[in-house]
Amino acid sequence: MAHNEHTAATEQHVHRDDVGARMGMWLFLFTEILLFGGMFLVYAVYRYQYPDQFLLAGMELNTTIGAINTIILITSSLTVALSIAALQKDNKFLSILMLVITIFFAFLFMVNKYFEWTAKIDHGIYPGSEQMLEKQNGEILFFGLYYIMTGLHGLHIIIGIVILSVILMFIVKDKITSTNLVKLENSGLYWHLVDLIWIFLFPLFYLIQ
Amino acid sequence: MNLNLNHNLNLNHSLNLDPNLNLNLDHTQNHSTPYGVYILVWLGLLTLTAITVTVAGIDLGNYTLFIALTIAAIKSYLVITIFMHIKYEEAIFKVFLLVSGMTLLIIFVLTFVDFSYR
Amino acid sequence: MVNGIDSAKTKSFYEEGTTKKSSGLASWLFSTDHKRIGLMYLVTISVFFCVGAIFGILMRLELMSPGETIMKAETYNSFFTLHGVIMIFLFIIPGIPAVFGNFFLPLQIGAKDVAFPRINLLSYWIYIIGASLVLLSLLIPGGAIDTGWTFYIPYSVRSGSNISLAIFAAFVLGFSSILTGLNFITTVHRMRAPGMTWFRMPLFVWATYATAWIQIIATPVIAITILLVILERFFGVGIFDPALGGDPILFQHMFWIYSHPAVYIMILPAMGVVSEIIPTFARRTIFGYKAIAMSSLAIAFVGYLVWAHHMFTSGMSDTARWIFSLLTFIVALPSGVKVFNWVATMYKGSIDPKPPFLWVMSFIVLFSIGGLTGLVVGSLATDIHLHDTYFVVAHFHYVMFGGTGTIFFAALYYWFPKMFGKMYNIKVASLGVLFFFISFNLLYFPKFILGYMGMPRRYYDYLPQFADLQLISTIGLWLMGLTLILIITNIVSAIIKGKKSEENPWGGVTLEWHTSSPPPLENFEVIPEVKHEPYDFSQLEEMKHGS
Repeated sequence: MAHNEHTAATEQHVHRDDVGARMGMWLFLFTEILLFGGMFLVYAVYRYQYPDQFLLAGMELNTTIGAINTIILITSSLTVALSIAALQKDNKFLSILMLVITIFFAFLFMVNKYFEWTAKIDHGIYPGSEQMLEKQNGEILFFGLYYIMTGLHGLHIIIGIVILSVILMFIVKDKITSTNLVKLENSGLYWHLVDLIWIFLFPLFYLIQ
Repeated sequence: MNLNLNHNLNLNHSLNLDPNLNLNLDHTQNHSTPYGVYILVWLGLLTLTAITVTVAGIDLGNYTLFIALTIAAIKSYLVITIFMHIKYEEAIFKVFLLVSGMTLLIIFVLTFVDFSYR
Repeated sequence: MVNGIDSAKTKSFYEEGTTKKSSGLASWLFSTDHKRIGLMYLVTISVFFCVGAIFGILMRLELMSPGETIMKAETYNSFFTLHGVIMIFLFIIPGIPAVFGNFFLPLQIGAKDVAFPRINLLSYWIYIIGASLVLLSLLIPGGAIDTGWTFYIPYSVRSGSNISLAIFAAFVLGFSSILTGLNFITTVHRMRAPGMTWFRMPLFVWATYATAWIQIIATPVIAITILLVILERFFGVGIFDPALGGDPILFQHMFWIYSHPAVYIMILPAMGVVSEIIPTFARRTIFGYKAIAMSSLAIAFVGYLVWAHHMFTSGMSDTARWIFSLLTFIVALPSGVKVFNWVATMYKGSIDPKPPFLWVMSFIVLFSIGGLTGLVVGSLATDIHLHDTYFVVAHFHYVMFGGTGTIFFAALYYWFPKMFGKMYNIKVASLGVLFFFISFNLLYFPKFILGYMGMPRRYYDYLPQFADLQLISTIGLWLMGLTLILIITNIVSAIIKGKKSEENPWGGVTLEWHTSSPPPLENFEVIPEVKHEPYDFSQLEEMKHGS
């Protein structure tokens, strides 16, 4: 076992550059920021064109669920940061614990999202529904953006769950250790980004009152 | 045993890698943030969330959006500098961040040159 | 691929690979060696260039005479869309960065490979998947995409053709582009050889670096725009469709926020190649090195400020129209800086007019025509008259094909001995450039006049008074076809049975010429230490004695 680890680590030495790896990750995050930035642009333009109808449509979203999900994501952002700090201090147990909590929060977020969406759909509010088509243009646009932006954000959460689970397995198997944790750091960066996007989605959709 | 192995790996680093890289390894180790700082930031983020939810309930007219976005900006500043470690990264990372932020800003401003003068 | 070179000193990357076996198809398809990946791109991209060209030829044949000649209007719509989509997304955008950037960027900065070799291979595979989706959208029932390569709303949500699949292909190709860009930026920042300071980097590296930034910052915007259109088509979500309150002009904004900077993704690397070739064949250090390096960054930046000049007749606000027209003129400045510096480099140089240099001469003329007519369509008043006419078609063929396409050949002819260790027939190659220049102008110059006379683009039919100029253009097409066959045959036959080339046939001094041709697997036997400015030809003597 110990022997295997050693060879795995020495193989990686050939091209290892942690700062470079983080740089690559940040560059990828910029593409994510601009991807969502494009959607925020659409949002901004339509909100500018239909301010009153956006207000009206925003009333129908559940602020409480939004706020709870905000707290969940912020806390999961904390736990993933703690997980990295713990592994840096060579505390493998704490690192694993924090990562498990992060993944748990991610699931919790999706459960909330599920209830939120199904409630909306039960009320007949979804793209293309009869009830939707009766609404004014601004409201149709608001709900279209709501589904797409929170949906795409949710997709990022699901991808995050997959990534964090793989990383968790690596830590358990000692493939990621205190001297070689750039993969954990990069997944942490990704997770913080998901949080970052929610920080803007929350006030723009749930806090219009 | 585990500790011992890590020690070996460290030795390997100092033998095989160029000086630049070694510096960076030390760099991460020196700047591992204490848990307390993260918890403080978390508390700050929770407080800001509470504020933004409360303020949204008050009718401030045109300022509502402005205040909500300012709070969101402060929150993202906290996340980016502390949680995402940008504070401890090399200066070039900050330049990168500035480049992408500026680009986004330019795109917004120029698009609104059209929509706000229709 | 069999390589005849059997040098006693080092094994080339053809003989040694990153996979278990060093020969056979798998050793290429799964290789993480940036040189092999570059060559794979070269083969694939050349194939798609030919596919795109075939659609172009068929369009031209339809326009041979007025009325329906060989196809129906609907088929013509699909053909010009596919010609555009394939040439833009599969040839010009990845062309120079993916082929020559991959092969030469690490070599020129003295690195063993790119920063993320496996992601590099991944980006090639994503390219293949995207390209396959484009072809698939052609073959499955429903009809090939017929919106034009710009996918304008509302037609693109209403048309029944296979639009979703075709634009999804563009989405996938965007990922490939992003990953390449990400790799290059990190490589330039982290993997330069000792002594390779920022201002000792060859200008091709500067240009590719600037391009990589555009790839990263602009591509996500088109990705999300495409995604929104697909969601709109599948779920009837109201985003851009005016029937649901959407704003089609917002779509145009978002499309051009990417697609205008994408124009610079296409042209910047080409400008980088020009800055390599001119010093080598003029035996003179480049004039205004820093100005050229910085103008690459300036073009990348200014490219973000001008997108709406594609939309002067769309119905956007008057304020936006004059502001974007004004900003457009700024782009001419950094491009002008480059052209003047190139010309100044040649002044009093000892010029050796070999084929790569001839290609560059052809480029400077064609690109200048294309660039200056760009100002004609970039100024608001004249564009109202010329918008969506053949004038625009002629303009972008001059900058894209006459600019980037020409330099794709220039780069191939310049670096061919380095990539393959062989040499092509120089005389035939020089004649090829001459024929190319003549046939290019015959093919595209009449379109400027046609456009000025009022011939609209994207029409499969035209009025009888346009027939003469259309005929000249068709003659140009036949010449161009023969020329391309000549150019490509020369290269292919040189790969198969070309003579062994000298190690440094042109006397280049940038780092790629400091290693053997073709280079070994890890590029250099010893990582070089850089002590010279990039185009310091006093090194040549040293290099000769060294080898």
